[in-house]
Amino acid sequence: MSNLAIQVDNISKQYKLGPRERYLALRDLLTNALKSPWRFFRPATPQGEMLWALKDVSLELKPGEILGIVGRNGAGKSTLLKILTRITKPTSGHARIWGRVGSLLEVGTGFHPELTGRENIFLSGSILGMRRAEIKRKFDEIVAFAGLERFLDTPAKHYSSGMYTRLGFAVAAHLEPEVLLVDEVLAVGDLEFQKKCLGKMKEVSQGGRTVVLVSHQMNQIRRLCTKVLWMDYGRVRQIGPTPEVTGAYEAALMSGTNTQQKRADVPKIKARFLSWEIVEPRASHPHLLTTLGAFTVKFTVEINEPIRLGVHGVEINDADGQLLWGNAAYNLSLEPGICEFIHRMGPLPLKPGPYYWRVTLFNEFERIDIWDCVPELMIGTQPQAHPRDEWAGFLNIPSTFSVQPTTGQ
Amino acid sequence: MADQILTQETQALSPRPLHVRGYGESLVKPPTFEIAPPQGWLNVNFRELWAYREVLYFLIWRDLKVRYKQTAIGIGWVVIQPLATMLIFSLFFGRLARMPSQGLPYPVFYFCALLPWMYFSTSLTNATNTLVEHERMITKVYFPRLFLPFSTVLSGLVDFAVSFVLLVVMMLLYHIVPRMTVLLLPLLLLMAVVTALGTALWLSALNALYRDVRYAIPFMVQFWMFASPVAYPSSLVPERWRWLYGLNPMAGVIEGFRWALTGTQRPSLGLLAVSASMVLLVFVGGLFYFKNMEGAIADRA
Repeated sequence: MSNLAIQVDNISKQYKLGPRERYLALRDLLTNALKSPWRFFRPATPQGEMLWALKDVSLELKPGEILGIVGRNGAGKSTLLKILTRITKPTSGHARIWGRVGSLLEVGTGFHPELTGRENIFLSGSILGMRRAEIKRKFDEIVAFAGLERFLDTPAKHYSSGMYTRLGFAVAAHLEPEVLLVDEVLAVGDLEFQKKCLGKMKEVSQGGRTVVLVSHQMNQIRRLCTKVLWMDYGRVRQIGPTPEVTGAYEAALMSGTNTQQKRADVPKIKARFLSWEIVEPRASHPHLLTTLGAFTVKFTVEINEPIRLGVHGVEINDADGQLLWGNAAYNLSLEPGICEFIHRMGPLPLKPGPYYWRVTLFNEFERIDIWDCVPELMIGTQPQAHPRDEWAGFLNIPSTFSVQPTTGQ
Repeated sequence: MADQILTQETQALSPRPLHVRGYGESLVKPPTFEIAPPQGWLNVNFRELWAYREVLYFLIWRDLKVRYKQTAIGIGWVVIQPLATMLIFSLFFGRLARMPSQGLPYPVFYFCALLPWMYFSTSLTNATNTLVEHERMITKVYFPRLFLPFSTVLSGLVDFAVSFVLLVVMMLLYHIVPRMTVLLLPLLLLMAVVTALGTALWLSALNALYRDVRYAIPFMVQFWMFASPVAYPSSLVPERWRWLYGLNPMAGVIEGFRWALTGTQRPSLGLLAVSASMVLLVFVGGLFYFKNMEGAIADRA
């Protein structure tokens, strides 16, 4: 009980599942107000379908622990993080946090495109919880970390997205909270910068600070976290030491039935990726690629609502998150049900090792699902490259060699 | 310094300190934050607002920077708007309609009223959309949401100051010397600010929940202007209806402004008193409504 950083005690969060009720119109309100004047003064009354985004979640963290949260989309990871950051309030239960909280749910929170880099550092820093004096003190350090000395007085709207990200993270990395809450933000930015950020985060936790991190990248979780929480349909499925929980999580995903079967209060998501496998040619394992020739890969998607003008993207990334290839299909019309997205692909001449797919589904207006596919894609082809690692490079291209004498024509 | 504030916050935010008797005399530190379901009607945490005051400062600072940077003519815009309106009013309501002006030259008569009115109406229009505009920020980081409408309303004070300089110049040109009543001006300005804050709270929360509120604003502003003594003196309103007229808090504010600046007819005390109580009512009501809807706003965004 003594000396905790975070204590979550039976937190639950209920959302109303309005059909398309992102917002109401005043005219509806007025008609309703005439019918029952009291409702006007109350937040949306619980009517219609309710869903428990979180149900009885409890956990405790000691200072210095790094907790990774894993689980499928809609499992409640982000909702839990939003409650801990106080962005939204729980429906029941409570939580306590000891120490100053810094949150990083997005890179560049509070940035305004019209303002210069310098001005945005102050603005974003303040909104993220730094005091003005503190920002002033760390200003040079932040600028150096972002490596944007020359662009300090350029309005942020002229920044490339990379520069934007670097500046955003540089500000956030210099928060000195006792508790740091991070959501999936490291997925952006270039590789070198990501590494720098991961380093900074490790540093943060070694200083006795507590970190809670939501991520889809299992290797990131394994590298950083001391403890892992696996969430499933708003509940704690398992919490414990990293190897144990990540192992169980991946095993469950591997077995195809990646979640316990639907309950009544399953979060309603428009669509989501469920699993993936290589259908052709079949190797000993559905996630193992053993051919240097063409192959077929299949992603299974659960569609809950009709999707129009859908966009489906697919990427191959290496274990460090470096994007190696990407493609997209447009103008998809999808009907509710289980769907299979099938990609027939040419040879994939990559050096043997672990890779991962990232698949996405968007409709006209919004992101519906992004999945860094678990388990990873294992490429187990015969190595064709130089046997010495440092000369092998990234690719695995079959080649033959011969010498053709051309002298003495 | 940060630590100091942190401890203050710590004390403020923990309803019951956790004195747990463990080994010897060990004492468990009370948590910095308690996260619990929303409770009560009005849970404005003033200590928290104070702890976050720099965020308010930066939001205002940002509003001003952006506003004066974006518009090509910058400060000119702030000057032109009330000046042009004043000219149109002087021409149509003054010269053509011969509106009684309490013996004041029309430009001064109208500018005195336009000063608080423009401040108020611009604040409303800008504040209504503020929660929707900041939807991203609201869903990504915590800070007191009250600061969003507050910062818009408060940053409008700079425009007010610019117009005020114009008024001073105008009064010099017309040789109008303010009386002692001018000392009441800060109080009246405070009334205008609080009315704007209160209305902004109502409208921004309503607009976040019901997105068509925004479309009703231009109409509302226009209607409200004619329900306020901007284009005419309140003496045109029959005496026995004046208290009712005062239910519009801006009626007292605007009539008060004219009186305080130029020392003409004193508005009836009844009107001022009714207006002042309405100001408070609107503000406290707005605070209630906003706080009560805060959770719904974050969940919906």
